Amino acid sequence: MNDMTLLERKVETQDIKIEARNVQVHYGNTHAIKDVNVKIEDKTVTAFIGPSGCGKSTFLRCMNRMNDTIQACKVSGNILLDGEDIYDKRVDPVQLRAKVGMVFQKPNPFPKSIYDNVAYGPKIHGLYNTKSELDEIVETALRRAAIWDEVKDRLNAPGTGLSGGQQQRLCIARAVATAPEVLLMDEPCSALDPIATAQVEELIDELRQGFSVVIVTHSMQQAARVSQRTAFFHLGNLVEFGETGHVFTNPQDARTESYITGRIG
Amino acid sequence: MSHITKEAHGGSLLAQSARTKKRNAAETRFKAFGIAAIAVSLLMLFVLVTTIIGKGWGAYQQTFITLQVELLEKKLDKKGNRNLSDIKKVSTFGYAPLIKSAVTAKVEELGVETGLKSKQLVGLLSKGAAAQLRDFVINNPDRIGDTVEFRFLASSRVDGYLKGRVHRESIDNDKNISPAQLDLVDALVLAGVVEKTFNIDFIIGADASDQRPEAAGMGVAMLGSLSMMMVVLALSLPIGVGASIYLEEFAPKNWLTDIIEVNISNLAAVPSIVFGILGLAVFINYMHLPMSAPLVGGLVLTLMTLPTIIISTRAALSAVPSSIRDAALGIGASRMQAVFHHVLPLAAPGILTGTIIGLAQALGETAPLLLIGMVGFIASNAPDTIAEGLMSPNSAMPAQIYEWAKRADPAFYERAWGGIILLLLFLVTMNTVAVILRRRFERRW
Repeated sequence: MNDMTLLERKVETQDIKIEARNVQVHYGNTHAIKDVNVKIEDKTVTAFIGPSGCGKSTFLRCMNRMNDTIQACKVSGNILLDGEDIYDKRVDPVQLRAKVGMVFQKPNPFPKSIYDNVAYGPKIHGLYNTKSELDEIVETALRRAAIWDEVKDRLNAPGTGLSGGQQQRLCIARAVATAPEVLLMDEPCSALDPIATAQVEELIDELRQGFSVVIVTHSMQQAARVSQRTAFFHLGNLVEFGETGHVFTNPQDARTESYITGRIG
Repeated sequence: MSHITKEAHGGSLLAQSARTKKRNAAETRFKAFGIAAIAVSLLMLFVLVTTIIGKGWGAYQQTFITLQVELLEKKLDKKGNRNLSDIKKVSTFGYAPLIKSAVTAKVEELGVETGLKSKQLVGLLSKGAAAQLRDFVINNPDRIGDTVEFRFLASSRVDGYLKGRVHRESIDNDKNISPAQLDLVDALVLAGVVEKTFNIDFIIGADASDQRPEAAGMGVAMLGSLSMMMVVLALSLPIGVGASIYLEEFAPKNWLTDIIEVNISNLAAVPSIVFGILGLAVFINYMHLPMSAPLVGGLVLTLMTLPTIIISTRAALSAVPSSIRDAALGIGASRMQAVFHHVLPLAAPGILTGTIIGLAQALGETAPLLLIGMVGFIASNAPDTIAEGLMSPNSAMPAQIYEWAKRADPAFYERAWGGIILLLLFLVTMNTVAVILRRRFERRW
């Protein structure tokens, strides 16, 4: 933990973007998430940390209802996005996911051109009127994902031909292009080398200007580097949630302390 | 210290230990078995292909006899007014004397002493010769009175003699041909009147009656097969792919879908004749669709092909990594968009291959056609329209082959082998197309 640099970040009080109240998740007979309450602020990076299998990814996937695709998964409690319950019967998960974008652990570009990868979201959501508008959306998204300079000359090349780090940034650009309000990232750097990781981390900090970002990570250093708020999960419980600096330097719970000092997990 | 009591890895690395020798010997034996198995199957394939080609090649060659026939006006158009309806009143029976005199004239011209009666002389020609003559006259009434050169099909015995199928020793009990007739054939061959050429009629022509194996062709049966394949493709591809997409991507996983899944697999293993009797009961007896029609054949084969297509499509769909679905869903695509924009294009090569293999299977299927009457029917004309091709009675390639193989005349036996060559060519072509499509559309992710 020596190389960890904790800046005294000034965390401004922000609007609450997502609020989870008494969320329980069951996978068949397994109780995966136990009574989690958390408030995620707008224009903030929130990191979920915890040992493998603690439920942090499960909880992340609850926030844009990607868990709906898993039949055995049952969610109860409320998750409010801007005060609206996303598990309300009237909510169409497809509409929700346009607002709450997601970047996955493994880079998963479509086997199409770089341009088509980014343009797909705007296309299905009808976010443009003319071809030049679409070009602009694609360029903006690629720029925000800090990959424009690398790919601007080969927008028609397949997205799968890029390196791992480039692919992940392309996926971020794809998610950004649909203009979401929240960006969920499920261990976005776990398949990347240190240089690509550094690039993506820098990018996450940039993205904070526009969205609320929630990132699940295995690496405590990463959480410390990119996030303003950190939540520590253990065995399905939200053990501790607070300002990143506080959680790492002054953990309130013994389990958090054990985890960040490397004794569990 | 080590708890292994036996000496574990003692000895020099340069010398093989007993265990290593044993393992290597087992591996060598296994490789030898594999090579032997491949060699045996290659040998079988070679024998199969050479036998089929050797026996079937004869069907692609046919013997013709060229004769000058005088189209006598007093026989063909007594009134002399070239009125087509009057000309049509003359049956093939009325043309027989013209052929008789043409053959006799040829024999006299060559100066061969045969001692054969005129009936035996005409016996060298196919029984369809008079019909061929009549068709020509009806189409060209202005040629009546002229002497016209015709290429008549030789009778199957003469054809067989020239192809080496009929021997002088083997015809003792054959009332259709005599040694004297064969002598005459030899003389005609010397005179250059008899020729053996490529038999395009076998590929494009229709089947013929028991009396005229020399005129039988596969063409109409091929059209029958083609019509059936159109029905199978038009029905089984959309239904099969649609059902697979629903089952694989949308249907909830519960006991009901489990039962459906098991039963689709079971259907793939049901003997095809069962589908045939089902088709007979449902399509013909209940729905009163026409007997022997390629439409019904196509429906029956669709039932048979559907499980194959569903199983291969589901395999192709489930081989698409779920990260692609997640990616699409994660940016707000609906399930259907995720499937149709991303999953289906990636699964397409597998679906196409499965479909073509299913079709190839259906193309070679004979048993269900037995039960719906597509065997034993002689379609003497090619259908004129697609609707007629679907609804009018026809046969199919394998059924036609079966039909020929069970006829008594060995000349038909040769046709059956020839038909198998055509059928195999079709299947090889379809499988090649499947491989090419797979190579071309396969994409990596």
